[in-house]
Amino acid sequence: MFSNFDFDVIRRALPYLFLDGMTFTLTLTALSGAGGIVLGTLIALMRLSNAWLLGRIAALYVDLIRSLPLVLVIFWFYFLVPYIGQWITGAPRPIKVGAFASSLITFIMFEAAYFSEIMRAGIQSISRGQPAAAQALGLTYSQTMRYVVLPQAFRNMLPVLLTQTIVLFQDTSLVYVVSIPDFLGAASIVGQRDGRLVEMYLFAAVVYFAISCVASFGVRRLQARIAIVR
Amino acid sequence: MNYHWNWHIFFEPNPTGGGTYLDMLLSGLWLTILTSLCAWIIALLTGSFIGVMRTLPSKTANLIGFCYVEFFRNMPLLVQLFLWFFVLPELLPHAWGLWLKQLPHAPFYTAAIGIGLFMSARVAEQLRAGISSLPRGQKQAATALGLTTAQVYIYVLLPIAYRIILPPLTSEFLNTIKNSAVAITIGLLELTGEARSMQEFSFQVFESFTAATVMYLAINIVVVTAMRLIERRVAIPGYIAGK
Repeated sequence: MFSNFDFDVIRRALPYLFLDGMTFTLTLTALSGAGGIVLGTLIALMRLSNAWLLGRIAALYVDLIRSLPLVLVIFWFYFLVPYIGQWITGAPRPIKVGAFASSLITFIMFEAAYFSEIMRAGIQSISRGQPAAAQALGLTYSQTMRYVVLPQAFRNMLPVLLTQTIVLFQDTSLVYVVSIPDFLGAASIVGQRDGRLVEMYLFAAVVYFAISCVASFGVRRLQARIAIVR
Repeated sequence: MNYHWNWHIFFEPNPTGGGTYLDMLLSGLWLTILTSLCAWIIALLTGSFIGVMRTLPSKTANLIGFCYVEFFRNMPLLVQLFLWFFVLPELLPHAWGLWLKQLPHAPFYTAAIGIGLFMSARVAEQLRAGISSLPRGQKQAATALGLTTAQVYIYVLLPIAYRIILPPLTSEFLNTIKNSAVAITIGLLELTGEARSMQEFSFQVFESFTAATVMYLAINIVVVTAMRLIERRVAIPGYIAGK
């Protein structure tokens, strides 16, 4: 079964796989995770605000994105971003957007919908007395959110946010559909060049598995540590 | 925007020779539904089996269930599909591998099984949560009545557990439909795949993706409405979901 398994092809590809591919994947995960959480929190605040229109817009956006497959959303943004760029900058033709920027925008916009649902649950889990007390102390809306509500919501939802980030890490492999060389894309390129798809895909699977396993184990440990005893 | 809109494109003949562009998208829609349903059946069956194993008193059964769930949860779906599609035929004995590679509709079978197993780990986790949310007394009372372990599960625990987890199962089914789009990478021409090839043939990017978006939304609405009806039918009076 493994008689003609060529481990050397993996060893030779290691620098390219990790320095190019994995760096892309991890940077994309970290930046779109951070961006997604920020944008997601804003969407959650919009949704919970008293302004009816803002709430409707946020709900519509979240429901729309959450009912579409990520692959379709990647295609949408891949073709849409150049036109949006043209519209913003007023350039005569659709602007060129790099692979990284394009996928970063896609994942921030996509993940924000999912993060916003997590943050909404986090904000709603805080007892009414907290914002009421903050208001009684004379804090404005933004102060109440910044100093009282959001820090607690973040803390309560941290394990869920991190789990969603692990999902995001796995989802970044889907940039494959627009031929962007992330970790899996790099493995695929090497595998096709050397005719060694079996070795490369198995290796990629092992690496994804190891990273996700370690990360989810870490999240479980963290969850046990930061749980507030009530 | 200097994009050339052409909404009549859907009624123009497509270059593959099989009717209009709309027909292309509809055949993709059909394949998406078919793939998702097959995958969902596999996910429900295997997921239920594994989910039950994880709640059994046996340590071995528990460990097997745990390993199964971790195995399928910690790899991206895309990588899993590649493993089934490109790697498995090479690792099998030569004759079997050849048979697999020559199988007609290989992308469809691979997608149904691959997505099915990927989702089964999630179904298993939901079912485990459902079963462990039941009060201990249920199992004890059933055992006291003289039911065997299998009977306890079939007649007492599972009927309630499935009802409890119906709402999360609905969203897992929606996830299955969304995940079927990943099969585009192994050459399955489901809805996203057909929208993509329509875009490549006709250069009408936004029309084709808008149509696919509308179709996905329609599937979603149908599934959510149907599941809500089922939820109402099977609700147990006295529980929160019941009347």
